[in-house]
Amino acid sequence: MTTIDISQIETNDHTKHMNVVYERPQSLTQTHTHYCPGCTHGIAHRILAEALDELGLREDSIVVSPVGCAVFAYNYFNVDGCEAAHGRAPAMATGIKRVMPEKTVVTYQGDGDLASIGAAEILHVAARGEKITTVFINNAIYGMTGGQMAPTTLPGQKTTSSQAGRDTDTTGFPMKMSEILSQTEGAAYIVRRSLHDVNNIRKAKKAIVTALKVQQAGLGFSMVELLSTCPTNWGMTPEESLNWVNDNMVPYFPLGDYKVIDAVKEL
Amino acid sequence: MTRQMMKGNVAIAEAAVRAGVEAYFGYPITPQTELLEHMSTRMIELERVFLQAESEVAAINMVYGAACTGKRVMTSSSSPGISLMQEGMSYIAGSELPCVIIDIMRGGPGLGNILPSQGDYFQITRSAGHGDFRPIVLAPASVQEAIDFTVEAFDLADQYRHMVIVVADGQIGQMMEPATLPPMQPLKTEIPDWALTGAKDRPPNIVTSLFLQAPEAEAYNLKLQDRIKLIYENEQRSTEFATNDAELLVVGYGTAGRIAYSAVEEARQKGLKVGLFRPQSLYPFPDYRLSELASQVQSILVVEMNAGQMVDDVRLAVSGTVPVHFYGRMAGAIPMPDEILMTLEEQYNQIGLKV
Repeated sequence: MTTIDISQIETNDHTKHMNVVYERPQSLTQTHTHYCPGCTHGIAHRILAEALDELGLREDSIVVSPVGCAVFAYNYFNVDGCEAAHGRAPAMATGIKRVMPEKTVVTYQGDGDLASIGAAEILHVAARGEKITTVFINNAIYGMTGGQMAPTTLPGQKTTSSQAGRDTDTTGFPMKMSEILSQTEGAAYIVRRSLHDVNNIRKAKKAIVTALKVQQAGLGFSMVELLSTCPTNWGMTPEESLNWVNDNMVPYFPLGDYKVIDAVKEL
Repeated sequence: MTRQMMKGNVAIAEAAVRAGVEAYFGYPITPQTELLEHMSTRMIELERVFLQAESEVAAINMVYGAACTGKRVMTSSSSPGISLMQEGMSYIAGSELPCVIIDIMRGGPGLGNILPSQGDYFQITRSAGHGDFRPIVLAPASVQEAIDFTVEAFDLADQYRHMVIVVADGQIGQMMEPATLPPMQPLKTEIPDWALTGAKDRPPNIVTSLFLQAPEAEAYNLKLQDRIKLIYENEQRSTEFATNDAELLVVGYGTAGRIAYSAVEEARQKGLKVGLFRPQSLYPFPDYRLSELASQVQSILVVEMNAGQMVDDVRLAVSGTVPVHFYGRMAGAIPMPDEILMTLEEQYNQIGLKV
C-alpha cells in the first residue's frame, strides 16, 4: 500500500502541466443563480457568456435583462447591464445601441416577454434591422409568475391558467416567433435551436456566436430562439423535461435557420 | 442673438438641440408633432440620434435605454401619449436616470381633442408613473419661456440625475411669437461613473429599479426621496405681477396664467388691488412664496384650463389661511380675460373690498 504525504505536494502544481478544458467564462460572475434545478436558463447563460468571451466582447457589451425568470440576469453576466420593463428590452436596447453604436447590445428575453407583451417592440427592432442581438428563451410557459399559459404554450398543454389544457378555440395558437420575425427585411439572422441535449446545445452556442458576429458586422437584427425547459412549472423531472422538449416542442417549433442573409454566410 | 418669430414646438426642439441633446425618440401626436418633425431634420443634420418609434411605449423605453449611457436624451408627446409613457417614466425615475420629457397638453379624457388644455396637471405632478416619485416639472407661459425652460431642464436633469418634464398646453406649442434662441452648446463630454459604457477596467455597472427585499427597497426609496426633498427646497420657481399691495391674488400657470395677467392688468386700471402669482415650477410647487403672499392677501382666485387641479396645491400651500376660489374652463375652451375679470370683481365685492 502506497501512502502519500500530502505536505509534499505543492498546491496547484498538478494543474500546471494540464490543459484547461473547462472553466467559468469571464462573462459570468461568481454569483449563484436563482434558477430552479434542471432549468436550462443556466445553460443559455453559459453559452452566451462563452460566446462573448470568445469574440472578446465582454468589456464592450451591455446585456438588457427582461421581466420574467431572467430578471436578475444582470447579476450573473459579468458585463454592464440594465433591467427593462416587461417586453420593452428591444426598445431599451435600441436606445443604448443608437447612442453607442460601437457597443454590443444583447437582449435576453422569455416567451411571455418577447412574444406577448413585447410583441410590438421585437417586431419593430426586426423591421428596423436594429443592430442588436436577442436571445429568446422559449419554454412554453410563464415561469416567474408560476406557470401560466404563454403565447408559446402548446395546444392542449396544461398550465395554471389553462388547467384543462390550452384550448385553441378560445385562446388561439402558439406564436412561432422565428417564423414571424424572419418575414421582416431588417432581420439578418433568425434561427431556432434547442437546449435539450449536448449536440443541440453545441449548435445553439454556435448560433449565438454567429448572431453576435452579425451584430458586429452591422448586418441587421439577429435572434437565436432557444427551446428550453421549465421542470418546476411543467411538473416534471429535469430529465422528463428534456424529453418533453424533444418530443413535443421540437415538432411544433421546428429547429432550423429561418433567415440567414447572404452576408452572414460570408462571416 | 436675434429675436425671431417661432412656433412653440419648433422653438422647444431647437432649444433642446442647442442645449446639447444627443438623442431624440418620439412618436407623432397632435399638438406636438412639429417638435418631432424639427428634430427629424436637425438631429440628422448634426449627426445625432433621431428615431421615430413604433409607439410612445417604445419611445420612452428607448429614452430609458439611451439615458443609461449618461448622455442628454429626450422625448416629447401630448396627453394620451404621455399616458402610454408613464410605464417607462416610472422605470426611469426608479433607475435614477436623467432625461427631459416635453408634454404639450391637449383636451381629455380619452381621445379628447387636440386643443389646448391643462387637464394633465395631476398626471404630471402626481402620477407620472407608478411608485413614489416626483419629476421636476417646469411650466412655460410663452415661447421664450419654453425655450429657456427646455435648456434649463437638461441642466437640472444632469444636476439631480432626475427626470425633468416641461409641460405646456397646446396653445404654447402651436402659437408663434418672437423669441430668442440660446447659443449652440457643445455636447456634454464627461461620462457619469454610473453610465453603461462596457465594463472595461471596472466592475460592471447595473441600472435597475428592482429591489426584492423590503429593507434595501426602502433604503433605496429613502435615497430617492432625499433627492426629491432637495429639489423641493431648491427649485421652487414663480413670477408675480402687482403683488406688493394686492388684497386679492390670482394664481395661474402657463397659458391660463398669461390670460390672467391681462385680467389683472385691467383690474388694476379699474383700481382693484389685485396681483398675479404665476408658478413656473409645478413640482416643486412654489409653496414658500405663495404662503408668504397668503398672509398678505384676503382671498385667492385660481384660474386653470381644467376642472381644478393645481388649486389643490394652492390650498395645501396656503393651508387654510385665506379662502381659495377657482375658475376654470376645460377641454380646449380657453378663458377670456373678461371672464376672469368678472370673476375677480365678484370676489372683490364678496370680501367687502371697494375700489
